[in-house]
Amino acid sequence: MSRSYQLLKYLCLLGWSAFVVFPFLWALSTSFKDANSVTGGARYLPWVEFEPTTLGWRSLFASGSQGINIVTPFLNSATVTLLASIISLALGTLAAYGLSRYKFRAGFVKNSDITFFFISQRIMPPIVLAIPFFLMLKEISALDTIWGLVIVYIALLLPIAVWVMIDFFDSIPRELDEMAMIDGCTPIGAFFRVILPNSLAGLVVAGMFCLIFGWNDFFFAFTLTFTETQLLPVAIVSLNSSVTPWWSLSAFALISVTPLALIAVVVERFMSRGSLAGAFR
Amino acid sequence: MKIKHFFLLPALLTLLAIIVFPLVFTVRVSFSSWDVYQAGLDYIGGRNYLRVFQDSRFWQSLLRLSALSALTVTAQYVLGFVLALAVWKEMRGGRIFRVLFLVPMMTTPVVMSVIWRTVFHESLGPANDLLSYVGIGPVPWLSSAAGAFVSVALVEIWQWTPFMFLLLLAGLVSLPREPFLAAAIDGAGPWRTFWQVTFPLMAPISIGALVIRLIEASKIMDTVYVMTSGGPGTATETASYYIYIRGLRDFQVGYSAALSLTYLVLMIAALTIIAKLLARLLIGKEG
Repeated sequence: MSRSYQLLKYLCLLGWSAFVVFPFLWALSTSFKDANSVTGGARYLPWVEFEPTTLGWRSLFASGSQGINIVTPFLNSATVTLLASIISLALGTLAAYGLSRYKFRAGFVKNSDITFFFISQRIMPPIVLAIPFFLMLKEISALDTIWGLVIVYIALLLPIAVWVMIDFFDSIPRELDEMAMIDGCTPIGAFFRVILPNSLAGLVVAGMFCLIFGWNDFFFAFTLTFTETQLLPVAIVSLNSSVTPWWSLSAFALISVTPLALIAVVVERFMSRGSLAGAFR
Repeated sequence: MKIKHFFLLPALLTLLAIIVFPLVFTVRVSFSSWDVYQAGLDYIGGRNYLRVFQDSRFWQSLLRLSALSALTVTAQYVLGFVLALAVWKEMRGGRIFRVLFLVPMMTTPVVMSVIWRTVFHESLGPANDLLSYVGIGPVPWLSSAAGAFVSVALVEIWQWTPFMFLLLLAGLVSLPREPFLAAAIDGAGPWRTFWQVTFPLMAPISIGALVIRLIEASKIMDTVYVMTSGGPGTATETASYYIYIRGLRDFQVGYSAALSLTYLVLMIAALTIIAKLLARLLIGKEG
C-alpha cells in the first residue's frame, strides 16, 4: 500500500479514537473538580487549569447526608446480572443444542418457528412489558427484590443466549456428536462431555452479550425497583436529577462502566482468532 | 419424554411462563380504560385504538424515531465498516485500536448519557468550548430542537458503531482467501477489490448487522430520557418515550397498552419489509 494511504488510515483511526476516548477523559478530569472548577467554564487539565480534589471520589463511599452509597447498587447490579446471565446461558445453551440437532414438530409449529419465538423477544420494546411485569411481580411479592429482577432479566437475556448458541452449534460438525456416541456416550453424555467443552468460544460470546445487556439495562431496573434493590444505572440517574454534583456524577459513572469495559479485551482476543465468526452467522 | 425435550423444554417453558402473562395482559388492558387508581378493568372496546389512530403526537414520534434510526444506523454501518477494514489486516497497534473501538458498546447507555450531557452543556461543557477555538458557536446543543436531535444522534453513533464494527470485523476475519487471490491475479486495485469481492461477500453479515441494529434502535429510550427528556418540546420524543409518558407518567395504562401493541405490530411489519429490501439490495434478485 502507498504511504499516503497508510497516513490517511492512521488519521482515521486516531480521529475515531479521540471521539471514543473523549467522554472518558472529560469524566476523569471532572471527577477531580470541585464546585468552583466546574462553574468556571470548561477546564481539562488538573494542576494547570484547576486544583484537583478527591471530593467526588470520597463522596461515593462516605456515609451520612453528604455520602452517595455506590457499594450497594454496585453489588445489586452484579448479583442480578450474574444470576440472570448464568441461568439464561444454561437454559439457552441446552435449548440451542436441541434446536440445532433435533427436529421438533407440534401441530404446525416447526424448529424455525420455535427459534423465531425466542429471537422475536428482542423485537419487543421494553415499554410493552413494563406495566404487566410490574403487576406480575407485585402479585408474587417480588417487586423491588433481586429475584424479581432476575426473573425479568431472564426473559431479556435468554433469547440472546439461544440466538448466539444456535448459530454456534450449527457451525460445529455433527460428526463430532456421532463419534462420541459411537464411543458409547448417550446423547446427553455426548453433549456434556464432547460438545460443551468444544463450545468455549460460543459460550464466551453469548455470556458476554448477556452480561452487557443485563448490566446496561436501565428501563426495567427503573420501573421495577424503588429503594431496596436499586441498581447502578438507576442510582446514577437519581443523582443526576437532583442538584447536579458533576464531580460525584463523573466518578460514579467511571466506576459503573469499568467492569464491562474490561470485557472488550476478552472480546478482542476471541475476535482476532476468528473464533467469533461461528457465533455470528 | 424424549431426549430432545430434555434440551428444549426448560428454556421454552421458562420463557413462556415469564412472557405469556404480560402479553395477554397487555392485549386485555388495551381494550379497557383502566388506570392504576381504579380497581378493575372497564372494557371500552376498540376506543383506545381509535384514539391511537388520531393521536398525531404518536405518529410524529414514530416519524422522528424512523429518521433517528435511519440516520444513526446508516452512520454506524458506514463508520463500523471503514474501521473494521482499517484494522482487518495485521498492523502496528492493531490490537489497541480494536480494543478501544469496542469499549463504548460495553458501557451503560444511561450512564454515558449522563456524561455526554455534561459535555454538551452550553456554557460549561467542552463541546462549545472546543468549537469556540475554531470560531464556531456557541451551539445550542440541548436547548434547540435541531441541536438536541443531533446530540442524541451523536451519542447513539458513539455508543453503537462498535457493535457494527464487531460484527463486520468478525465477518471479515472469517472470509475465504481464494476470491482475494483471484482478484489480485486479475490485477484489481483496492477500490475494485472492495466493491467486487469484499462487499458482496459481506452482504449476508451486513444484512444481519443492519437488521439487529435497527431492532435495537427502534427501542431507543435511555439516551433520550437522560439527555433531553424528549425535549425541547417534543423535538426528541421517540415512540418508546411517548408510550412511557402516557403509561407511567400519566398512568393511562389502557391507552398506553394500545399504543404499545400498535407500535409493536408496525415495528414487526417495518422490520420484515426492510430486511427483505436489504436482501434484494445487497445480494441481488434471489433475496
